[in-house]
Amino acid sequence: MISFEGVTKRFGAWTAVDNLSLTVAAGEFRVLIGPSGSGKSTVLRMMNRLIAPDAGTIRVEGEDIARLKPETLRRRMGYVIQSVGLFPHWTVERNIAAVPDLLGWPRARVRDRVTELLTLLNLDPERYRGAYPHELSGGQQQRVGVARALAAEPHILLMDEPFSALDPITRGALQAEMAAIHTATGTTIVFVTHDMDEALALASRIAILDRGRLVQSGTPLDILTDPADDRVRDLVGREEWGLKRLAVETVAERTRPGETAPGDPLAAGASLRQALAAMVARGTDRLPVADGQGRPMGALHLADLLRGPDRS
Amino acid sequence: MTRLRPIHNRVALLLAAMTVAAALALPFLGFAPNRLLSGKAIALGAVPGAGWSGAALLPVALLLAVPFLRPGRAVNALYVGAGVLAAAGLVWLAGQHAALLAAVASPAARTSFGAGFWVMEAAALLAVLDGVRRLGLGPAGRVAVGVLAAALIGGQFAAGHLDQLSIMREYANQRDVFAGAVLRHAALVAAALPPTLLIGVPLGIAAQRSAAVGRLVFPVLNVVQTIPSIALFGLLLAPLSALAAAFPGLGIGGVGPVPAVIALTLYSLLPIARNTAAGLAGVPEPVREAARGIGMTPRQIFWRVEAPLALPVFLAGLRITLVQAVGLAAVAALIGAGGLGAIMFQGLFANALDLVLLGAVPVILLAVAADAALKLASALALSRLGRTAA
Repeated sequence: MISFEGVTKRFGAWTAVDNLSLTVAAGEFRVLIGPSGSGKSTVLRMMNRLIAPDAGTIRVEGEDIARLKPETLRRRMGYVIQSVGLFPHWTVERNIAAVPDLLGWPRARVRDRVTELLTLLNLDPERYRGAYPHELSGGQQQRVGVARALAAEPHILLMDEPFSALDPITRGALQAEMAAIHTATGTTIVFVTHDMDEALALASRIAILDRGRLVQSGTPLDILTDPADDRVRDLVGREEWGLKRLAVETVAERTRPGETAPGDPLAAGASLRQALAAMVARGTDRLPVADGQGRPMGALHLADLLRGPDRS
Repeated sequence: MTRLRPIHNRVALLLAAMTVAAALALPFLGFAPNRLLSGKAIALGAVPGAGWSGAALLPVALLLAVPFLRPGRAVNALYVGAGVLAAAGLVWLAGQHAALLAAVASPAARTSFGAGFWVMEAAALLAVLDGVRRLGLGPAGRVAVGVLAAALIGGQFAAGHLDQLSIMREYANQRDVFAGAVLRHAALVAAALPPTLLIGVPLGIAAQRSAAVGRLVFPVLNVVQTIPSIALFGLLLAPLSALAAAFPGLGIGGVGPVPAVIALTLYSLLPIARNTAAGLAGVPEPVREAARGIGMTPRQIFWRVEAPLALPVFLAGLRITLVQAVGLAAVAALIGAGGLGAIMFQGLFANALDLVLLGAVPVILLAVAADAALKLASALALSRLGRTAA
């Protein structure tokens, strides 16, 4: 879907991106993570030609983007930034309709799309479509920012630390919504963050960058169980490694089918970290598990949490 | 210890003190045997036969009470209403006094406004402004108050009530040229506007886009701004005369309206360019980045995002420019451009202060009208953009 081949970008004497090769497959939720100055935002901004590389080739859906008109390329991709950047003189509706308007969609289609997106992002369409950005909370503004980016049904969504400025509760809600949107639409998402918990929670694959180079690329589980070097171990967090490790797997994967246990059941989709928290809170070493419809699936034992991941 | 009534409105208290002091210590009118002699002072109410006409001062008395009243919408409305009526009443009283004096004096005698009148009139108008602010009136309400005051004072003018005041005697003499002078004055300002916008706006945009251009443009415009207007007209005289001699068919010359319009344009460039640049610089960087990121072309970014967001600051610059140009155009009379300045200078050279006033008052009114019109325009532009006035 997106590929970097030997891409380098310098700002004066500073090499922000150093001979980087990276591939983002179609449908991936790819998180770029690294310390500040690692070049992660520069990589993202080269994908929609907000920054031009000094060397190397960037392809999007097979096309060398240097040959495309920047505007044409950008209208095919959604773009969400940390500071949101809603147009303050436009209503929520007109903000969301910005790209469809640029593409010349008919009015009725734009209107339906705005309604659909506001509903998708849990904003009441009738209440918010006529509101101005300054009337919204920070979390609501970023919901509109995401809706604007999704408006023209892009195949690719670029997000540059979109939730970093939000409070933890709002951030958690928006992360859950992004995960749901990714599942529902299959849009390829490239997401920049410096927060490893966010990366582990959202990514299907993570790329760790440092000083403009790719340090490691892999699934959250790969990163946790097989860190490439000390920089990755630092990012993952040595102390909390175990908890992060538990956070990326669901209860369903470790449930012993057919067994029963007393107490309220855990949801099969809950993370192992949540399961551990529930066991500690209830003072038990086993809990029943139920599926999405509330039907009993089996039981989860504390010992199952201590096993390594199934590689079978 | 005596219990003092609390003061609720310090501005109104100051204006009341000004009014009382002016009424007691300063002459309300001046009365002279003819237009060239300086007049003798006439205190408020010191005109024989004035009698019941002092009732016109009732709203002034109301204004004096305002600082002691507990504030609220009703008191603030009273404040504005009394201010408007006091401003009109003072003018009416001056006209009434002038008529009484004229009845017993020679036809050459002149009655003019005295310092007391001006201070009291200013206090009344300031009370209106303060009251309008305290009432929190919107643009429409402000215009309504302005129109009401203008109608009450203009009505007396139209009805001939003020005819015996010296300024109106001068007006009677200048009746044939007065309307032409006002039109010419407005035309000079209006003629300078298109070149100002055509040059100043692109300069402002270029200065905001490139720091190098800004470092070049603003110092130059600043220097132009500091040249005294008379000197600028003088500086334009030589090149324009040369141009006129070289191309007689162009219809320009070293004197007349063309150099006046050029000079007004040069003075207007700084506020227009400065505010255009400041308005664009005020567009938040994330908004610009978002516009780029979603695929707007540079032209679309300018027209859809930057221009509307810069508009309020730009309109403020236009307001400053117009008010400044209305004042500067008066000086243009010195190089034969005509306008209200011609009447003012005629009065200055003849030592006839009321003739100066006849030129100056309409200049002030034009400036106030331009100011109000642009304030209204920017309020409308802002509400159309869905934002409240800053």
